[in-house]
Amino acid sequence: MTNFAQNSRAVYTPGQDDAGTCFNIQDVNLYYGSFHALKDIHMDIPARQVTALIGPSGCGKSTLLKSLNRMNDLIPGCRITGKVELFGEDIYAPQTEVNLLRKRVGMVFQKPNPFPMSIYDNIAYGPRTHGVRSKVKLDAIVEHSLRKAALWDEVKDNLKKSAMAISGGQQQRLCIARCFAVQPDVILMDEPTSALDPISTSKIEDLVLEMKNEYTIVIVTHNMQQAARISDLTSFFLLGEMIEMGNTDSLFSNPTDKRTENYITGRFG
Amino acid sequence: MSETGATTPAVDITVPTRPSMHLGSRFLKALCWAAGFVTIGVLLLIIAYILVNGLPEFFSRDEQGTLHFKASLFALKYNSRNLSMLPAILNTLTMTALSLLISVPLGVGGGIYLAEYAKPGSKLVKIIRVTAETLAGIPSIIYALFGMLVFVVTLKMGISMLSGALTLGTMTLPLILRQTEESLLSVPMSYREGSYGLGAGKLRTTVRIVLPVAMPGILAAVLLSIGRISGETAALIFTSGTGTGIAGINDSGRTLAVHLFKLQEEGRAVGASFAVAVVLLIIVVLMNALSSFIAKRLTKKG
Repeated sequence: MTNFAQNSRAVYTPGQDDAGTCFNIQDVNLYYGSFHALKDIHMDIPARQVTALIGPSGCGKSTLLKSLNRMNDLIPGCRITGKVELFGEDIYAPQTEVNLLRKRVGMVFQKPNPFPMSIYDNIAYGPRTHGVRSKVKLDAIVEHSLRKAALWDEVKDNLKKSAMAISGGQQQRLCIARCFAVQPDVILMDEPTSALDPISTSKIEDLVLEMKNEYTIVIVTHNMQQAARISDLTSFFLLGEMIEMGNTDSLFSNPTDKRTENYITGRFG
Repeated sequence: MSETGATTPAVDITVPTRPSMHLGSRFLKALCWAAGFVTIGVLLLIIAYILVNGLPEFFSRDEQGTLHFKASLFALKYNSRNLSMLPAILNTLTMTALSLLISVPLGVGGGIYLAEYAKPGSKLVKIIRVTAETLAGIPSIIYALFGMLVFVVTLKMGISMLSGALTLGTMTLPLILRQTEESLLSVPMSYREGSYGLGAGKLRTTVRIVLPVAMPGILAAVLLSIGRISGETAALIFTSGTGTGIAGINDSGRTLAVHLFKLQEEGRAVGASFAVAVVLLIIVVLMNALSSFIAKRLTKKG
């Protein structure tokens, strides 16, 4: 299933049995001012699979994640070259509507960031943004999204309650439900469990495994056990370069690059 | 020094265990309490003094010694016998509304521009910021001169409520602008990211997510402005004047604060000015309550 290119940068090529390529990343370089944060990234992210990005802090994995739904547009002085295609469409093309891109490519952040409003309004915010006005429809979307995020039973009697009043783990599942509500193709997750306790973490991990039936998941994680547990593919980053990408099992059991081996065996990072 | 692990330091490094409330922290605590009491005490003293001196002014005793409410204080027309403050009350409300109508949209709009739209750290932002800060610190008599020369004379608006409102609008604008900007900047970036991440645009993110969170700060600036407008005398005497009637936009009219000042200055009805102070106090409290209510209603809708 996995082929590696001849040079030191390994490139994953999806096989025949896949749902196709979701993101096709070609020759991406990204700069924060004069700092070269991503160097010549080539990578294909397959659809309906979980792809984990691992690597030590500051290696560029979160930066790459942010460049997939153009959240890096918000960072002053950030400049990107190369090409990122989402199902064949260049997302950095001038005619790309960023808001529509972000509707297709949702994001879950490191720290749960529900809006300071009710649970219901948090979920309804996205659909309302995209023009859903009917109360019946919104009710249905809210229930459906919360059920999918395994949160419905915990909050169904308190939908009017402030989202700031529920626990951190619930807040993070609320943020995932909020993503579901705008019906994206892809969900990007930036260390979604790093602020959570082990039980909440395992709930989110279970959720991720279910989500991949419907969504393409790209997840940044510092926790290598987590990457091993939930991802199909893993990509290792170091100092802005993608060192190696491959099937998670083979990357963890049999890394081709010495640096990958050092990292996953805990010799640095 | 030996090279193997722990060494014996040359100085005593034991950390003492002090009693939890040693003298220094007790003193500090007392100081904080004292500061709090003085603040509240001064406020209560002012209110009590005004009420004690002002409330009796609302009543008069007839020959039999029974108390009567002096309804003439609220007669539609002012004259030097009834000293009616009703025109001044209405003028105060008009003046506050007109001034806020000028400074709130401009100030909040400008604040939103500075915090959300302008390129952070750009030259223009810095200039606007320094200008606003300088303007906020200028004494109101300077605004009076400016208002008189620009609005009254040059723009030929005459001594009128409009000239006064424009002057007070200019005066309170920097306060609202700066406070709005500060409040917006203190809204966590993560809210904006969450909103953009769902495909919401800048306008929707600002209006629906950021502004409601910043609302208490903006409201505080509006309340402060109401206080400044209803308490202002210097800037108004030269711009909206001391007309005694219920003033339209183009008429000269005195607000309660100007009325109070005139009564005191003329020296013939010092007692009545305390009655004015009581009313002014009540009006400011009511206007504050009203604007909190409006702000709450504005931010409720999701």
